Amino acid sequence: MPAPIRLRELIRTIRTARTQAEEREMIQKECAAIRSSFREEDNTYRCRNVAKLLYMHMLGYPAHFGQLECLKLIASQKFTDKRIGYLGAMLLLDERQDVHLLMTNCIKNDLNHSTQYVQGLALCTLGCMGSSEMCRDLAGEVEKLLKTSNSYLRKKAALCAVHVIRKVPELMEMFLPATKNLLSEKNHGVLHTSVVLLTEMCERSPDMLAHFRKLVPQLVRILKNLIMSGYSPEHDVSGISDPFLQVRILRLLRILGKNDDDSSEAMNDILAQVATNTETSKNVGNAILYETVLTIMDIKSESGLRVLAINILGRFLLNNDKNIRYVALTSLLKTVQTDHNAVQRHRSTIVDCLKDLDVSIKRRAMELSFALVNGNNIRGMMKELLYFLDSCDPEFKADCASGVFLAAEKYAPSKRWHIDTIMRVLTTAGSYVRDDSVPNLIQLITNSVEMHAYTVQRLYKALLDDISQQPLVQVASWCIGEYGDLLVSGQCEEEEPIQVTEDEVLDVLEGLLVSNLSTPVTRGYSLTAIMKLSTRFSSVNRIKKVVSIYGSSIDVELQQRAVEYNALFKKYDHMRSALLERMPIMEKTASNGPTEIVQTNGETDPSVVETKHPPPVTQSTNQATDLLDLLGGNDMVPVIQTSVPTKPASAGGELLDLLGDLSLSGGPAPTPAPSVPTSQPPFLLDGLSSQPLFNDIAAAGIPPMTAYNKNGLKIDFTFERANPNPNIAVITINASNSTEADMTDFVFQAAVPKTFQLQLLSPSSNVVPALNQGTVTQVIRVLNPQKQQLRMRIKLTYTHRASSIQDLAEVNNFPPQSWQ
Amino acid sequence: MQFMLLFSRQGKLRLQKWYVPLSDKEKKKITRELVQTVLARKPKMCSFLEWRDLKIVYKRYASLYFCCATEGQDNELITLEIIHRYVELLDKYFGSVCELDIIFNFEKAYFILDEFLLGGEAQETSKKNVLKAIEQADLLQERVNSVVPVHGPTSTSLSL
Repeated sequence: MPAPIRLRELIRTIRTARTQAEEREMIQKECAAIRSSFREEDNTYRCRNVAKLLYMHMLGYPAHFGQLECLKLIASQKFTDKRIGYLGAMLLLDERQDVHLLMTNCIKNDLNHSTQYVQGLALCTLGCMGSSEMCRDLAGEVEKLLKTSNSYLRKKAALCAVHVIRKVPELMEMFLPATKNLLSEKNHGVLHTSVVLLTEMCERSPDMLAHFRKLVPQLVRILKNLIMSGYSPEHDVSGISDPFLQVRILRLLRILGKNDDDSSEAMNDILAQVATNTETSKNVGNAILYETVLTIMDIKSESGLRVLAINILGRFLLNNDKNIRYVALTSLLKTVQTDHNAVQRHRSTIVDCLKDLDVSIKRRAMELSFALVNGNNIRGMMKELLYFLDSCDPEFKADCASGVFLAAEKYAPSKRWHIDTIMRVLTTAGSYVRDDSVPNLIQLITNSVEMHAYTVQRLYKALLDDISQQPLVQVASWCIGEYGDLLVSGQCEEEEPIQVTEDEVLDVLEGLLVSNLSTPVTRGYSLTAIMKLSTRFSSVNRIKKVVSIYGSSIDVELQQRAVEYNALFKKYDHMRSALLERMPIMEKTASNGPTEIVQTNGETDPSVVETKHPPPVTQSTNQATDLLDLLGGNDMVPVIQTSVPTKPASAGGELLDLLGDLSLSGGPAPTPAPSVPTSQPPFLLDGLSSQPLFNDIAAAGIPPMTAYNKNGLKIDFTFERANPNPNIAVITINASNSTEADMTDFVFQAAVPKTFQLQLLSPSSNVVPALNQGTVTQVIRVLNPQKQQLRMRIKLTYTHRASSIQDLAEVNNFPPQSWQ
Repeated sequence: MQFMLLFSRQGKLRLQKWYVPLSDKEKKKITRELVQTVLARKPKMCSFLEWRDLKIVYKRYASLYFCCATEGQDNELITLEIIHRYVELLDKYFGSVCELDIIFNFEKAYFILDEFLLGGEAQETSKKNVLKAIEQADLLQERVNSVVPVHGPTSTSLSL
């Protein structure tokens, strides 16, 4: 039997293949040879064969038949065999296969081997891919090696211990004694890995954290030596001594100093020293400064130090290196809540970053800019942000538009400015504006009574130019329907009134009805607007004609409306003027729960808050049975969806459809999300509107989480406590779609155990656009009076690439803060 | 660090080191998607990107992309230094390393990586010490420490 071909030979041969098919053929041939060689239990060439197999595995071919061979190599006495064997184990085996457990004994023996390089291999493999069972069995050995005086092994044992702790946190205690004199080592490798180990222990256990606080002086000393000591060739990187160790120490100091005055005090000096003395011409110096800034901001540092930190970030913003600018923006975003004034000083630089070429930098700059907007700088900032909106990539437009609306609402210096700003957004980025902005804007316009004439005139003019942007068209239609009389009477004060006749207005609205560009929703808006004009215009006959035509429209929604409006003309004409009266001012605050709408034939009682009406009972019980089916068990209570999705097409046949247009939400403010603002549910308990736009979730204390991530659909939950009732957690789901096709008819349902109550509010839309171009957001409110651990079952249905997809999932990884 | 990938500009994988347990299928999927994402980046863009819930740090050296996936607290700038240190180690070991060296000696590239990082963290911050350890291990490999095979080659070392 000729010797199997050498590894390099094989690689050379395979690389000569000109097609995928040729390569596959070569590989198959070689695999067959290797397989028969394995069958013959050939000890001599096993190592070579496994090495070849690993190469083929990297090209993407299956190599599972080599798994046992790796074990045999590990058990061999030859160092070459062991080296390849362990490498093969790390590449081919993982803890899902039972085979890997067979390694345990070999590793145990090798951990006690007489040659340190063999021990090293064992430690490396265990620390890289050891399963919990293996870690449990071998923790004792690792602990022993952690106390050895051989620094080569000690440093590896420390990182191996980190892995053991990550896999089996209960074992952390056993490593405590060995940590006693880790920091007195001179060897930098041991120091570095020891600091990593200490960091891991402190992050996992508050007791450990308290215990290790006493190490702060020692850590400070080590850091000081690194900075003050002269050139050390062994650890020097561009003039800085062991930057890796410096960064890790700074990170550990951050954890130890957080919320602790004494520790923070003890490290103030060294932090100031590092911050001022570190050379910033190369990336490595900036890496240390970055870590220093993070530490300063997180501990209880004195204000002078904090200002120093923010100034460092400000300097970073001016750095030519885009990586540095990126980390600066990220850090400033984290600190903008706590050190707002300091960050304000760098506002102009941040705004300049909006023009950066890099997408990540632009996004961060945008978020930060919104966070910095206040009453004083609103005009200037808005100019910049609107300019950004004009020129930015589509992926930003939705977020930017929402941000502009929010900022405008909070800080608008005048009503006219506000309306102008809205107009600008609608005309430039109108198609990217979120669906829920439309009702918010309508409410805003309604409440700016003195601006009605101006608004409707401007909207009308915008419609004449462009009817493709649906949100603009919808708002414009609504306004024309409401204030058409002001439009034709030419009453505008703010600007030159335009001359327009009733017929021209009706032409425009009818144009919307027939245009291919109009969505069904838009058509609904314009038909209703036409109807409303019947009490404001004199050309009632024309309107009657239009309405009767659409009585036989194919679109069910339009047909229904037209039929009802027809009925209004024929049988209820005496009520028509009352029904189609001007809308009253809408209250911004909302009440505690779904309020009863006084059902007076479509007009609401002005004193009652406009909210969504509860859906017909049949709809919710259908959903309930669906969930009960899928849940099977008895412990889950199905959610009652209290509001229909935003599309105005409701199942009810009443004239309440007039209100359905508005998809009203009581308060326009969003629930905070890391980067995507969504609209506030109508049922605010505190009645207060806005919260900070990009509320740092860390400040709110509850980290966001990914609840579901499968087949390209990812659902993130972000949390917030509802004021003033701490038993209610408000969860905002963000559904995003990374596949190349849209997910339509997307429905999210959730169920929780009996002790909870859950309220699911309407989603922002039911289409999750492809390639993460946007998200569907929906708000869930969970009442948890017994403070039990939150669990949830979710059901997702959507249509993707013409097939209907349903999926169930359990969400159990809620952070404790969300239900405690 | 959760994983490190090395791939060419055509998207061919040259090295993959995983520090988290994932099935082969998941690894392939992640690799495919991430490689696509990184290769689509323009040269003027920064070295960091957010992908799923990870921070990806990548840098191109000649024809090879070095790509690391880090988590929340990790310092991106120092990760760039880690990548650079690994490249320096390869360079010193192979003498002006190029992609072909890593293709034909991939197992050595792994050995060097395993002396530098363990479980995703740096175990040795001195370049000299890492290279010394590799050197010693290579010598150990050369030495005969078991029975010379009967039908095998007559040289004392059985190379791959």
